[in-house]
Amino acid sequence: MQKKYLMGNEAIAFGAVASGVNLVCGYPGTPSTEVLETIAKFKFKNIYVEWSINEKTAMEIAAGASYSGARTLVTMKQMGLNVASDPLMCVEYIGVKGGMVVLVADDPGPISSQTEQDTRKFAEFSKVPCFDPSSVKEAYEMIQDAFEFSERYCTPVFLRTTTRISHGYASINVKDPEEYKINTPEGFIKDSKRWVIFPKLSYLNHKKIFSRNVELSDVFSEYKRNSIIYAEHENNKRLGIATGGISFGYVFEALKNKNINDQLNSVFKVATPYPFPEKLAVKFLKNLDEVICIEELDPVIEEALLLICGKHGLKTKIYGKISNHVQTAGENTRDSVQKVINEFLKLPDADSTQKISIELPIRPPVLCAGCPHRASFYAVKQAMKNNKTIYCGDIGCYTLGNSMPLDMVDTCLCMGAGLGIAQGVYHIEPDTKCFAFVGDSTFFASAVTGIINAVYNQTEMTLIILDNSTTAMTGHQPHPGTGRTVMGEIVQKIDIEKILRGIGLKTVETVNPLEHKKSVETVKKVSDEPGVKAIIFKYPCIAINKKLNSMSVNYKKCIGCHRCVNEIGCPALFYENGSGKFSKVLIESSQCTGCTLCAQICPAGAIVSTEEEKK
Amino acid sequence: MNRNIILCGVGGQGIILASRLISAAAMAKNIPVMSAETIGMAQRGGSVFSHVRFGSEIYSPMIATGTANLILAFEPGEAVRMLPYLEQDGQIIVSAKPIMPITTTLNNINYSGEKMIAYLRENVKNIYVVDTEKAINFLGSAKILNIIMLGFATKTGALGFSREEMRKQIAEKIAPRFHELNFNALDYAFK
Repeated sequence: MQKKYLMGNEAIAFGAVASGVNLVCGYPGTPSTEVLETIAKFKFKNIYVEWSINEKTAMEIAAGASYSGARTLVTMKQMGLNVASDPLMCVEYIGVKGGMVVLVADDPGPISSQTEQDTRKFAEFSKVPCFDPSSVKEAYEMIQDAFEFSERYCTPVFLRTTTRISHGYASINVKDPEEYKINTPEGFIKDSKRWVIFPKLSYLNHKKIFSRNVELSDVFSEYKRNSIIYAEHENNKRLGIATGGISFGYVFEALKNKNINDQLNSVFKVATPYPFPEKLAVKFLKNLDEVICIEELDPVIEEALLLICGKHGLKTKIYGKISNHVQTAGENTRDSVQKVINEFLKLPDADSTQKISIELPIRPPVLCAGCPHRASFYAVKQAMKNNKTIYCGDIGCYTLGNSMPLDMVDTCLCMGAGLGIAQGVYHIEPDTKCFAFVGDSTFFASAVTGIINAVYNQTEMTLIILDNSTTAMTGHQPHPGTGRTVMGEIVQKIDIEKILRGIGLKTVETVNPLEHKKSVETVKKVSDEPGVKAIIFKYPCIAINKKLNSMSVNYKKCIGCHRCVNEIGCPALFYENGSGKFSKVLIESSQCTGCTLCAQICPAGAIVSTEEEKK
Repeated sequence: MNRNIILCGVGGQGIILASRLISAAAMAKNIPVMSAETIGMAQRGGSVFSHVRFGSEIYSPMIATGTANLILAFEPGEAVRMLPYLEQDGQIIVSAKPIMPITTTLNNINYSGEKMIAYLRENVKNIYVVDTEKAINFLGSAKILNIIMLGFATKTGALGFSREEMRKQIAEKIAPRFHELNFNALDYAFK
C-alpha cells in the first residue's frame, strides 16, 4: 500500500488498473474525462486505451473486448450515456464475459451539462446494476468490486459518480504495482447462440435478468458498503435518514453534532441504488416512523423505500423530493443538507453566516481572450448583417458564443444537434439563412450523419466548422482530425474538408478566422451558394497555442468610440477610467494573445502591437 | 483539529496549483486532506474556487458556510463573494488587484476593487490586503500571483505550514526551470 493524493477520477483509474483492466475507451465529458487520461498515463503495454469517436462506439468496443474475456472500462458523462444507450440496452440482454464497467459521471447543478439526468434511474431502466460511491476512497475500492460483480454475474455494471466525487481530492491508500491483478483474456470463442441477439434469446434472457436482479438485491443487502449506521448512543428515537453518494458525506458530518445524533435512530447508506438492497432496507425501516431521503438528482432512494413500504405493509412515512421536503433540482451542499436535517428534526436553523450587502460583478464564463471562435462568430455576424438568419450552436467552448456582444447562438441542444435544427428551421422557413456551427471534435463525434442527411434531403444551409485542432472544453483531448492518439502515437489525420467533399458538398472553403476581412467575404460568398455548403474556420485553440505579441492601445490615437469592446467583447479590453463615455480603452497585456481582431476593426488604427507602440 | 481553507479568484489565476501545494504540504505531514475545485466551463474567465480541508474529522471535500478558517482570495470581488463561508474571527488574505469582468465593461458598470476592499475591512476584523500589483512588478511576472499569495498565507500563520514546508512542495511540484521565480514569489511576503 502507498498513500497518494488523488482526484476521484484518478482514484477510479488506479482502481481499474489494480483490477487488471485490459481495455479502456470513452469520450471526453466533464466531469468524467480524467479517468481515461490517468490510465493512459500509466503507459502499460497490456492496457489498450483510446479516445473513441463517441460514446456509442466506445460502448461497442468495450462489449467486443469483454466478449473476448477482457476486463473493460468505458468512460463518459451522463449526456454521453444517452449516445451509448443503444448498445448498452442490448449488451445487458446479451451479457458479457470479461468484467465490463461503465463509468458515468453525473453533473448535479448542472455545472457543465444540458440536463440533470440521473444514471441511477438509467440503471433501473436498463436493468444494469449500479454502484454509487460516497467518497474518493470508496470510488477506488468500488471499481474493484464492480469488476468482480460484473464478471460473476456476466453483466455490465455502472460505476456512477457525481462531480464532487469525480473532481474531489483525497489522500487515500492505493495498492502497490505488485498487488495489481493480471487478467489474460482467452479470446473470442464463437457461439452464435450466446452472442447474436434474436427475439427468442431476448425473451429468455429477459427472464434471467429479472431473477438475477432479485438475487442481486439479496446479495447487495449483505454488501458491506450498504450499511445502517446507528446513533452513537442507543436511543428510542424513531427517525432515520436514507442517503447515498456525496450526500452521505454531508449527512455524516452533520451527525458529528450531538444534538442531531441524539435525535436520530439511524442512517441508511445506499451504495447500490440498483438493484436496491431491499432486505437491508426493511431492517432499517421497521424501527422507524419517519425517514427523510437526502440524495441529488432523481428521488431514486425515496421511490425505492416507498415501494418497499408498500410491498411489506410498513407504516413508515418516507419524505424527500416527492413529498416536497427537499429541493427537486440542483446540487446538494453541506448547508442545504444541514437545513433539511434541521427541518426534519425540528431543530432551529442556526444560520449566522454573513450576508453580502454590496453588489458583486457577474462573472460568467466567456470565450478566452484571443479565442479564434470569437473571430469566426464575428465574421459571420458582420457578413450576415440585414439578413434573416438562424445560428444553430452546438456543444463545446463555442457555446459561449451566445454571450453579449456576440450573441451568435440562437439554439443549442445536444452534441451534433445544431445540424438537424438548422434543417428543421429551413423546411419551415425556406427564406431564412440557416447556419449550423460545429467544432472539430463534435464534427467527428456526431455531425457527419446530419450533414449526409442535409445533402440527401436537399437542404439549403451553411455549415460552419470551428476547427481549433483539439477538444478544448474538456481539457484538450486529441480526436481523429488531430493526427494524435491519447497514447501519443502519431497517426493519419482524418481531413474534414475531404469528408465534406466525399459527402458531395461542392463548396468547402477553409479560412483563417483571424483574417477578418477575408473571413467576412468568404461567408458572404459561400452562403449565397445553393444547397449545403461549408466554411472551415481553422486556427488552433489559444490555450495550447503559442501567444503572439500582445497588443497595445496608442493613447493619442484612441478616440474612445468603444467599438472594440462593444463589437467583440474580448476580456482583455477594459476602460481607462472604469466607465464613462469616450474613456479610452486599455488592453490587459497578461491576457492579450495578439490575435489582432480588435486592431483590425479599430476605426482609428489605434491598436498596434506592443513592440511597435514602444518604438 | 480540522482546518478549512477556501481559495477563490478568477479562472486562469493559478488557484488549482496553489490548492495542490497546500494539500501536498498536509500530505507530507501525514494529515488527512480533501479538496474540491471548479473544473470545466467556469474556468473560462468565470468565478472559481477551491475548498481545501485537512484534519481527522473530514467526510467530504466541501466546506459549510461559516466554517472557513481562511479565505485566500486572488481577487477582491471574489473575496466578498466567498464571505458567507468565513467563520467568525476567520482570516481573509486578499489581493488588492481587481480583474474587470468584460460584462461590467460592456454594461458600463463601475466595478471598483477599492470598494470591495473597503467592504471587506468593514466586515472582517482579521484581514490582510496584499499589494499584488507591486509584488508582480517587483518579481517581473504576473504568473506567480498564486505563489505570492501563498507566501502571505504562510507568513500570517493562517496556513499552518512553515515557509520551508511550502518551499519543499514547490520544489517537488513545479518544474525546476521555474523554481527560482517561485521561491522568490514565496519569499516576497517575508521581505
